[in-house]
Amino acid sequence: MNTLLTALVAGLGDGAVYALIAVSFVVIFRATGVLNFAQPGLLILGTWATSVLAVDRGMPFWLAVALAVLAVALLSMGVERVAIRPMIGRPVFSTALVTVGLFTILLVLAFRLFAARARTINDPWQLDQWCLLDGEVLCAVPLYQHHAGKIAVTAVVLTALGLWLSRSRVGLAMRATSLDQEAAMAQGINVGRMFSLSWALGGGLAALGGVLLAANGSVVQANDALFALVALPALILGGIDSFRGAVVGGLVIGLISAIARTYQPIHAPWLGPNFENVAPYVVMILVLLIRPYGLFGTREVRRV
Amino acid sequence: MTQSTEGLTGQSKLLRAGSAGGRVPRDIRRGRPRLYTSYDADSSLLDTPAKRWWTLGVVLLAFAAPFWLTRDLTHLLSVAAVMGIAGIGLNLLTGYAGQISLGHPFFMALGAYTGAVVAGTPGSIVIGWELDLSLALLLAAIVPGVVGLVVAPLATRVRGLYLAVLTLGLLMLGEQLFKQWAAVTGGSGVGRAGAEPVLFGSDLTRTYALGPVLLPPHTSLYLLCLVLLIVLAVAARNLARSRAGRAFAAVRDQDVAAEIMGVNLLRTKTLAFALSSAYAGVAGCLYAILIGRVAPEQWNILLAINLLAIVVIGGVATISGSLMGAAFVVLLPRLLEWVAPWLPFVSTGSDGLITVFQLQSILFGVLIVLFLILEPRGLFGLWHRVRTYFKAWPFSY
Repeated sequence: MNTLLTALVAGLGDGAVYALIAVSFVVIFRATGVLNFAQPGLLILGTWATSVLAVDRGMPFWLAVALAVLAVALLSMGVERVAIRPMIGRPVFSTALVTVGLFTILLVLAFRLFAARARTINDPWQLDQWCLLDGEVLCAVPLYQHHAGKIAVTAVVLTALGLWLSRSRVGLAMRATSLDQEAAMAQGINVGRMFSLSWALGGGLAALGGVLLAANGSVVQANDALFALVALPALILGGIDSFRGAVVGGLVIGLISAIARTYQPIHAPWLGPNFENVAPYVVMILVLLIRPYGLFGTREVRRV
Repeated sequence: MTQSTEGLTGQSKLLRAGSAGGRVPRDIRRGRPRLYTSYDADSSLLDTPAKRWWTLGVVLLAFAAPFWLTRDLTHLLSVAAVMGIAGIGLNLLTGYAGQISLGHPFFMALGAYTGAVVAGTPGSIVIGWELDLSLALLLAAIVPGVVGLVVAPLATRVRGLYLAVLTLGLLMLGEQLFKQWAAVTGGSGVGRAGAEPVLFGSDLTRTYALGPVLLPPHTSLYLLCLVLLIVLAVAARNLARSRAGRAFAAVRDQDVAAEIMGVNLLRTKTLAFALSSAYAGVAGCLYAILIGRVAPEQWNILLAINLLAIVVIGGVATISGSLMGAAFVVLLPRLLEWVAPWLPFVSTGSDGLITVFQLQSILFGVLIVLFLILEPRGLFGLWHRVRTYFKAWPFSY
């Protein structure tokens, strides 16, 4: 029972990060109709920038995070302007391939910047833990502070984002753009600016996700960018165009991953070590087969 | 040879019923290479003399190349030929049938390990049956093809971006499977040797003499890859202009419309999937032989991106484009190594601004993006422009 509780707590913590990353995909998908495969690259650059500012420059952690998120948001905006804007009106297929190309560029850039070194980001939580349930000798159900931090940050950021999208004028304009670009344009909305804005938002959220992903009391390497791909199962599970779905999907994937990590080595060792890294993909394939548009996604209407 | 005149009217009926049996006399065709008098001629593979001569020249050059190139360049060309096979396979699926796949390395790995099991030598953990390479190549096509056949119905349920994500998941699951299945793959981080190149009883690791011509191992391997490449390329090109190929294009351009016109979506997509997996399997088997040792980690998303680069840089939905793309992608690193001494910002160590390997990866990314934005038809499109320019000269079109 205590093992299960521990797994659930850790799963919610990790799931919060997946949710944040999945939302960053959704923001971009809704605005431009592109599944941005370059997101892991943006994410790892955010982690790197935070590490440089917080560790090498000795800035306070939160200031470093803010600056890093801002920098990646600007970079993401530039990327959209240079590489994605010319692809408007071309098949989605081509635009997705462009983002795959961008992924390579950003990933190599990250490898170069990390220079094969493992870095830390100097987060305030490290490996400190609170005890939820006392055991006889050790703590029975520990709650790592970084898990609590992840949940808190995600909750605050996503609530703010949700409120901003639903209440503000710009949020309304963004939603209008995602609904119908031409109609939005006819209403006087600057659609190009909305594209820039959503890419900046997506990039910033990815960078924040990268920081939280690295905040696990351990080190981070350029290769860890590929862990961000775990947000894809979360995205598919929740529905590719739904904010609510991304959040639910992220949390569920986090829980599944944590449960697999806890129980699979005991009950199904033949699945091999590190199975928790691929368990989300098993879930994803099942979801794609049963309900391709996800739990909360819009069912695709196909017209000729 | 008398041909049927049913269904023909007017001039075409007269032509075909005439003494020449539908063939236009040579003196009428002279100087008019694009005068086609039948559907067969119109849809033939090499429809102009220029194409015929070019193709002949390139094929002869490709066969002669290993005899005056150094050993490592021959090896590089073999890798290019193998990547060409994989590229053609991916192009059938992604270019012709429009189904974007990031999971191709999985099928390459299947082919590689099938070949290694069938024709490899057994080791302390790995199994190997030491059979002939011809059988290994055949099975390396069949096993991935059958797996593709099994996966395809799943893949036909999802479209576009969802399929890309699904195949990515397949790649991740495949990697886990290969890491676990040590009896076949040698296990995580260790890997195993590829198939032993013993083709029809003759060991290709020995040097043979054909009259005055010496065939060292790397040359015979290259020739094997080249022959397979040519056979598979012609087969793919033929498929693309057949009924199945037209069905692929219809599904790619608008699948609902294709379905309404009577194209069986499930069958078409399944065929595309199975065929492209079989191509990938053959390529994987040869790749393992060329590289010598393959570990389960090797078949990752970066290889998938390299394959996509071949398709996109070469030219979507063209076979010759895939060949150009493969040559480009495989030879670019070597080219960069040659020019690196003249580029001040490139270093061979880790202290400079960027290493050759990183520059090459970045260039792949940049080229994918640039080609998609500026010339979606890839290298083939560039070549097409040059060709059209000279054909239309002195006019602009």
